[in-house]
Amino acid sequence: MAFLEINNVTKGYEGHLAIKELNFSIPKGSIYGLLGPNGAGKTTLIRIINQITAADSGDVIFDGERLHPKHVERIGYLPEERGLYKKMKVLEQIVYFGRLKNLSRKESEKRALHWLGKFELLDWKYKKIEELSKGMAQKVQFILTVLHEPELIILDEPFSGFDPVNTELIKEEIKQLRDEGATIIFSTHRMESVEEICDYVGMINLSTKVLEGSVVEVRNSFKTNSYEVRFKGDIDAVSIVPTTIGKPDALGYAELQFNIDERQSKQLIDQLNTHGEISEFKQSLPSIKDIFIQKVEEGKHG
Amino acid sequence: MGKIGLITWREYITRVRKKSFLIMTILGPLLIAAFYGVIIYLAVSDGIGKETERILVYDQANVLKKSVESDDKMAFEYSEGWEDRNHERLSEDGYAGWLYIPEGINKYDPKGIVYESDKSVSIESKERIKSRISSVFSNQKMKELGVSASAMDSIKTRVSIAAQTIGESGEAKDSNIEIRTILGMVLSFAIYFFIFLYGVQVMKGVIEEKTNRIVEIIVSSVKPFQLMMGKVFGLALVGLTQIVIWIVLSMIFIGVITTGVLGDSNALMEMAQSAQDMPVDQMTNGMSMAQDTMLDKIRDLNFPFIITTFVVFFLGGYLMYSALFAAVGAAVDSETDTQQFMLPITLPLVFAIAISTSVVMRDPNGPLSFWLSMIPLTSPVVMMVRAPLLNAATQWWEVALSMGILVVSFVFVIWLAGKIYRTGILMYGKKPTYKELYKWLFYKS
Repeated sequence: MAFLEINNVTKGYEGHLAIKELNFSIPKGSIYGLLGPNGAGKTTLIRIINQITAADSGDVIFDGERLHPKHVERIGYLPEERGLYKKMKVLEQIVYFGRLKNLSRKESEKRALHWLGKFELLDWKYKKIEELSKGMAQKVQFILTVLHEPELIILDEPFSGFDPVNTELIKEEIKQLRDEGATIIFSTHRMESVEEICDYVGMINLSTKVLEGSVVEVRNSFKTNSYEVRFKGDIDAVSIVPTTIGKPDALGYAELQFNIDERQSKQLIDQLNTHGEISEFKQSLPSIKDIFIQKVEEGKHG
Repeated sequence: MGKIGLITWREYITRVRKKSFLIMTILGPLLIAAFYGVIIYLAVSDGIGKETERILVYDQANVLKKSVESDDKMAFEYSEGWEDRNHERLSEDGYAGWLYIPEGINKYDPKGIVYESDKSVSIESKERIKSRISSVFSNQKMKELGVSASAMDSIKTRVSIAAQTIGESGEAKDSNIEIRTILGMVLSFAIYFFIFLYGVQVMKGVIEEKTNRIVEIIVSSVKPFQLMMGKVFGLALVGLTQIVIWIVLSMIFIGVITTGVLGDSNALMEMAQSAQDMPVDQMTNGMSMAQDTMLDKIRDLNFPFIITTFVVFFLGGYLMYSALFAAVGAAVDSETDTQQFMLPITLPLVFAIAISTSVVMRDPNGPLSFWLSMIPLTSPVVMMVRAPLLNAATQWWEVALSMGILVVSFVFVIWLAGKIYRTGILMYGKKPTYKELYKWLFYKS
């Protein structure tokens, strides 16, 4: 079931369309990667979902209802350009933003302390933001995004500014929030993280949607009939000719590539088994990154 | 607490807690007093460090009889011929200029007097020379007509008028124009400074939120209008707190002085006695009489009327202007870009205070004063000069009408500013023009 539906949404700024007739369907309880090069229209779409600006036409359906100002309490937003009140203290700031989302002061404070403990920031709660390191400030920003337990969490480039250790920490938190039922929109142009944590992806290029689907589906739809094999044995005896043959490693296994369709793959396995040993046999799928680059290039030429 | 209330509270508490707030609250009045003290001092003292202008007079007709009055501003010295008329020598000997009275001058129609200087001559110097020479001539003429010096002094008459205003019940009361005028000026300056100081604070706050992008998170929880109003209200509270602190401090100050002096009146009398050999009872009587009439005059003022007017115009003017300042803050990316939009906002305000200190103060019931106290951009300042001078019994409708106009216009201005603010806070990286601001008014939110 879709938690958020974007139906034919168009938004223009003086003379140019930022997004054009977008349609996306974001399933409940999933991590949805919203991909696109800079300037594709991601931020505009996110601002429309956050009701910071309104669409010129089209609908956004939030949990079965037309998007309405009352929904802001159920949305958490981490903008790409981070900003906090530098002179305000950590705890005070988190509580303030919690209260802006209609949490009571007490509840805000309780949850803030819980999260600060989780991120090992309790010793810093009475420090001003300007005294924190960049990474710590990013954690505080993450806390105030999720403090009110939003059902929809929108993260715009959430890992920028984090070191690898903290990136892992945040990734785990994101996955846990999903497992607890939250729907997460994850906007990025850093593709490595997409395959790792996203369940679904949607891609915008030049203001329009270019693809959408689950990560597995999308990768499958872009597969070229290419297979990667690690094999030890008499390759010349196999009737299907590999496109490339690698050098055998210390154990005698060589990397081979075949361009065959799926019907031939069973035949290939049989032959390889007869003439040697297989240690690995897989269909090579293009990475989301490859697909992304391919789509952007297509956009340039088309 | 609503969201506007929450934002107001944050704006208020984070500012009041700062050390700079405390420092400014204490130093502010001192600085302002010092500022105006210096201006008034400079104006009164007529230029510090200005040397006496020495003027060399060649009185060929010998009509002046070397009797031109000299003082520390201008001194007249006399030469006996043309040979001193040499510009190089003039400045070498430290003369400002050379005054020539031609032979055969008629003191009933003096013509042909020349003043030469190697620098350009200021109006002030020219007028001073003219008046000194003309007083020499008129004294001479008086003498010729047989008017004695004592008779001349007695011609000068000082007239005093007790200006009275007719009240509601028809009885006449002392107007105390001087006290009323001073009170009006003080109050309108207070409004002027408050609008400026806190309006700019509102603008800076908006720019801060915009440049560090907090605004995106906030407007995903509250409407931009709520954010703007919260900021405007929060700063109004900061200002009111400051004013309350000032009132309390000055009351304590006055209290300390009066109880300190009066409570120890013996010491005062002793001091007075030793300072001047004067009967004690006579002196204290005189002092308390002067004090009593002063206090009476102050008590005579219609305080409920003046205070109500002050509060309404203070808040109305501040709300209107600070909304405009907020819109400017939202339209730009950094403080350095604010100039072009600041001018149309500050111009009416500066104009209002300039007109107040001249025209309105002198003629508070004239047509210019009336209309400027109706136009909402100038009315907070101008009406405040007028208010203590107005007759509450018969002119209350003017104040009421002006308040009405102000309320309607600040609602309109806030609505307008809200539209610009809403679009502006999310626009980055381009310097808007007035044309664009106009377009923003019609954007769909």
